Amino acid sequence: MLKRTLIGSVFSLGLIGAALVQPALAQTAGGVANAVIQPEPPGLMLGMVQNGPTQMVAGNIYEGLLRYDEALKPLPGLAESWEMSPDGKTYTFKLVGNATWHDGKPFSAADVLFSVDFLKQTHARARGNLAKVASVTAPDPRTVVFTLSEPFGPFLGIFEVGSLPMIPKHVYEGTDYKTNPANNTPIGTGPFMFKEWKKGSFIRLVKNPNYHVAGKPLLDEIYWHVIPDAAARAVAFETGKVDILPGGSVENFDVPRLSKAKGACMTTKGWEFFGPLSWLWLNNRQGPTANKAFRQAVMYALDRDFARDVVWNGLGKVAVGPSSSSTRYYNAKLAKYSFDPAKAKALVKESGYKGETVRLLPLPYGETWQRWAEAVKQNLEDVGIKVELVATDVPGWNQKTSEWDYDIAFSYLYQYGDPALGVARNYVSSQISKGSPFNNVEGYSNPAVDKDFAEGAVAVGDAKRQEIYDRVQKTLIDDVPIAWLLELEFPTITRCKVKNLVTTGIGVNDGFRDAWIER
Amino acid sequence: MIGFVAGRVGKGIVVLLAIVVLNFFLIRLAPGDPALVMAGEAGAGDELFVAQLREKFGLDQPLPNQLALYVRNIASLDLGYSVRQQMPVATLIADRLPATLLLTGSAFAISLVLGVTLGALAARRAGRAADTAITGLALLFYATPLFWVSLMAIIVFSVRLEWLPSFGFESVGAGHAGLARAADIAHHLILPAMTLGLFFMAVYVRMTRASMLEVAGQDFVKTARAKGLGDRTIQRRHVLRNALLPVVTLAGLQAGTLVGGAILTETVFAWPGIGRLMYEALLQRDYNLLLGVFVVSSAMVLVFNLVTDVLYRVVDPRIEAAR
Repeated sequence: MLKRTLIGSVFSLGLIGAALVQPALAQTAGGVANAVIQPEPPGLMLGMVQNGPTQMVAGNIYEGLLRYDEALKPLPGLAESWEMSPDGKTYTFKLVGNATWHDGKPFSAADVLFSVDFLKQTHARARGNLAKVASVTAPDPRTVVFTLSEPFGPFLGIFEVGSLPMIPKHVYEGTDYKTNPANNTPIGTGPFMFKEWKKGSFIRLVKNPNYHVAGKPLLDEIYWHVIPDAAARAVAFETGKVDILPGGSVENFDVPRLSKAKGACMTTKGWEFFGPLSWLWLNNRQGPTANKAFRQAVMYALDRDFARDVVWNGLGKVAVGPSSSSTRYYNAKLAKYSFDPAKAKALVKESGYKGETVRLLPLPYGETWQRWAEAVKQNLEDVGIKVELVATDVPGWNQKTSEWDYDIAFSYLYQYGDPALGVARNYVSSQISKGSPFNNVEGYSNPAVDKDFAEGAVAVGDAKRQEIYDRVQKTLIDDVPIAWLLELEFPTITRCKVKNLVTTGIGVNDGFRDAWIER
Repeated sequence: MIGFVAGRVGKGIVVLLAIVVLNFFLIRLAPGDPALVMAGEAGAGDELFVAQLREKFGLDQPLPNQLALYVRNIASLDLGYSVRQQMPVATLIADRLPATLLLTGSAFAISLVLGVTLGALAARRAGRAADTAITGLALLFYATPLFWVSLMAIIVFSVRLEWLPSFGFESVGAGHAGLARAADIAHHLILPAMTLGLFFMAVYVRMTRASMLEVAGQDFVKTARAKGLGDRTIQRRHVLRNALLPVVTLAGLQAGTLVGGAILTETVFAWPGIGRLMYEALLQRDYNLLLGVFVVSSAMVLVFNLVTDVLYRVVDPRIEAAR
């Protein structure tokens, strides 16, 4: 008790005091972390299932070759070092020597080769990321060489655990991946091992005693609690049953109250790699939204500061354009649209809009999004656009957007740090294809944009890429293929005694390897 | 009696088959399919990805083939496989069934015992303070939405008073075993079972009270009194027994909801039961799992209807169950 009071008073001296004291505190090993997972993941085999909750839990079971810091610089993961050839076409990874799978078998270059092959079959995003890989070879058990058909700027950014998790060859080779029983008892190389999953209640991970980084992990166990009701999740934190609320696990209007609770800490860090950006799909094919002036009017009509301050409780940033500020080659100078209803009205008039009802599809992800849709409806009606909200559930939303059955629809997507990975896919014409809600859903097609994105991906050198991406962003911001809203921030709320949970740009998804609990 | 039961079972199977076919088409009327949902959650997905998923789910087959396959499987008591959860549907349901039956069973017992007792009490004191208090309370529980009662109960008993846990089936990671575990589960059970039971309790109170008052005025009760029977005996053997028939009818209806009727309570209290399984399967368009839960719960409804009909004859031998 005395110790706690002492530390408390030292911390209260302020930031400088805390910074001086913190390293002196010994990191205590042991303890159990209680976190919330929402919603319950469908599975934990990261090579087969890639939804958010799966990445959050399984990111601590599996590992990628690299991790990324807040500025998206690569950090060692299963690769201890890496180098790129001067022509940008050959990448050589040196693997750590002492990594083993959770069943005791050693991890080697053969697993990397196998994983690349595996993921090309099961992982849509990895398939795209690996498109320029001509060959992968393993000259020795600790070395892997990727040879590309042409340079690919973001290549070092595709090795995060959710994007390219390492899969155990000895478990999966020669089996039917879909039905392999190991899918229910995932085996990785990560700091925590899968122990138990009581469906509907909790997932339990335990410390990997043979983890390849000495002294890690510090925690003995992690319990991920499945609590389906948002209010009940907030109560679980308030009553001390759980200590960790990962981003997005409570409703936004609860965030201010919970983060100010006694002993609670909040951070919005740990999402830099994902750079979640929200926007309105504007159907470029038909209706009023096919008109550029009308789309620009939408941009001017939106009061995005209001949305951030009221709907999101001050969390997030107003988006400049297609790139999120944590994504490479973002350029704040390109900002163009401010809240200007008068200009919006003029543009609506110029577009020849005749008062047709525009269907607005909210994102069925809880209260915050519903309220946001109502705010946007209000904004648009204020400049004379007639709006009808269309109610759906998640599958319905997926179907309507992927079948292009909408006029305006909310969405948000991750950017994975580089425009070639997470931005281009929403604007290039080759990505216009029914059946997926994450490609060029709006149906925008501009040869100049296609050309710029193609060049940007293969250009060598940051200056060259910046120039290309500045140009394409400028074009897009002028054309408004979609209406960018906010860079979302998903605050992670923890009990302050949980330390070092968010230390990288991937956040909680691979954060438990360094986390410890102060006692 | 045996002939009656056999006849009803036969009809039940036909009804069940009709339910299966109807449900099969009904859930496919909802927009979206499981492949799209999974692709959606992955935040990425090209056509190949979605096509692979459709193939995994068997959605690439023509609809009549899917239906024929499903009915054939059901007929051989095979509920199929949930591709999403990577487990047989029967296993998933069996995993969740005990938790739900414990919750709904306790709520059932609580509401029935409390409801009939309080109702009888109110009838005996009709017009007096106790009656007003009981009917007032019953009206309150009858009229208040379940989720609100649940949340308020959490705020009062978990957050403010810290008496009862607010979520879950048991203390995770506490390592309880045997009796200690049973006590722990019972501790977690109190809030959800009470809130779930309150509504039906209110219904039973009102039903028992009204029905007893009606019966109490009938001639045979006067006769019993004229015979010199004690008030207690009259109330128990003559009034209550005859007043119970409508309660049995209602109890039969409530019993039908034992499997699938606790979605809200299970959600608010994070109770790992069937109701949540079904609700999540619906949101994820996990057809096989959803149909599986439907089949099991409709079978339960049929069984409980049969039990109710049999019970009528036990409670009131005058009733000749219709064939």
